Amino acid sequence: MRADGRASEELRELVVKAGVFKNAEGSAYVKMGNTVAVAGVYGPRELFPKFLQKADRVHLKCRYNMAPFSTKDRKRPGQDRRSQEISKVVADALEPVIFTKEFPKTGIDIYIEILQGDAGTRCAGINAASVALADAGIPMRGLVAAVAAGKVDGDYVLDLTYNEEEKTKADVPVAYAPSMKKITLLQMDGDLSQEDVKNVVDVAIKGCEKVHEAQVGALKNKYKEAML
Amino acid sequence: MMTIDEGYVHELAEKGSRLDGRRLDEFRNAEIETNLIKSAEGSAQVRLGNTVVIAGVKMSVGEPFEDKPDEGVLMVGAELTPLADPDFEPGPPDIRSIEVARVVDRTVRESKMINVKALKIDDEHVWVVNVDLHVMNFDGNLIDAGSLAAVAALATAKMPKYENGKVNYDERSGSLPITAMPVSVTTVKINGKLLVDPSKREENAADARLTVSVKNDGNICSLQKGGTEGFTTEELHEMLRLAGEKQKSLRDSLK
Repeated sequence: MRADGRASEELRELVVKAGVFKNAEGSAYVKMGNTVAVAGVYGPRELFPKFLQKADRVHLKCRYNMAPFSTKDRKRPGQDRRSQEISKVVADALEPVIFTKEFPKTGIDIYIEILQGDAGTRCAGINAASVALADAGIPMRGLVAAVAAGKVDGDYVLDLTYNEEEKTKADVPVAYAPSMKKITLLQMDGDLSQEDVKNVVDVAIKGCEKVHEAQVGALKNKYKEAML
Repeated sequence: MMTIDEGYVHELAEKGSRLDGRRLDEFRNAEIETNLIKSAEGSAQVRLGNTVVIAGVKMSVGEPFEDKPDEGVLMVGAELTPLADPDFEPGPPDIRSIEVARVVDRTVRESKMINVKALKIDDEHVWVVNVDLHVMNFDGNLIDAGSLAAVAALATAKMPKYENGKVNYDERSGSLPITAMPVSVTTVKINGKLLVDPSKREENAADARLTVSVKNDGNICSLQKGGTEGFTTEELHEMLRLAGEKQKSLRDSLK
């Protein structure tokens, strides 16, 4: 039993909504416990500066940003080293499912805003971005779902909160594309044996599959409403 | 569309060979030279094939972070100097150097290589340890070369004297509180094949990349996936196995 009453392989309360903003071509809202992320997508559209254009595929650009009010101590606005690194690994996590070669020389912009942070912000951001990409109608091989796992007091635990992250032997965020059975993001901080790493990743993948159901549900919901 | 070079690297990988004739699971020779910079508290130059990275350790006395009042400060930076590659440009750190710095930082930090609690001087003062990586020649795998350089430089650093509220850099003695030696092993996936220690041309042709950092006891202290494709759990397991195997010779080169 965990501090918030969850079982070890249970996700936090998960809310996924597709199409939450007007201007962005695709958008999504994701709440995982007390972590809240929104994402908006523009494109494929003309890409500037021109040297970024790729002759054979779209250039995927991602900006992960934490709102100054999203943390206990105010976060200084703007991109620090951490957010730049996360922006890169998030773009890499999403690219495998996108038919990038359909749109040469163009760019897709993914903007992720973390409104409230309680660990797992990059995963919540990926979950929102993936739904936003689908909502924007971008051709994809499937969705990418993400969730972190770790090991606390000898148990493998899924979807860590900030308090659990402090206690965990390791924090392992994983993004997974269920339709391709591929891991598209993997990071880790901590101290685990090789066997533990394999098991933690397996727990995370199972979690990703649950997140994936919620993502699909959100997209279906949006278009069900549109048809009424 | 693939460039001709990428296509060639893919073709070779398919046949189980590489541009420089290495086996797919063969690391380049790592040569480490320490204490080459007199102005630094610790330094190391790593040659990993044609990749050359210098790490310098500078120490100063500063305030602890508010949320960690009992711990010294450890920071890793990386600079891809424009002389190291025709494609590197001067200017603020770009995402490549940020990633190298942050992954090396996590490798050192998460392995608990430095006992940061022992860096506390008094309630207001702690040692601030800066490790700066300077890439002098680029031929791929900066993360592994950078980790080796950072670890070698930290392991051989000598602490300056702190007296009457001043740091005396002329008198250095005693090592940093070292408790572990992490090494990192990077593998790339090219055309479904796994290659360790990629060169620059192999990195350009790679579909995905994984860095695994391993401690003395064989436990893993950090992971970082890169690249625009994914990999399967079987591939992950093979990459973990390769890291466990390859870390041994890297560890020997640190001695």
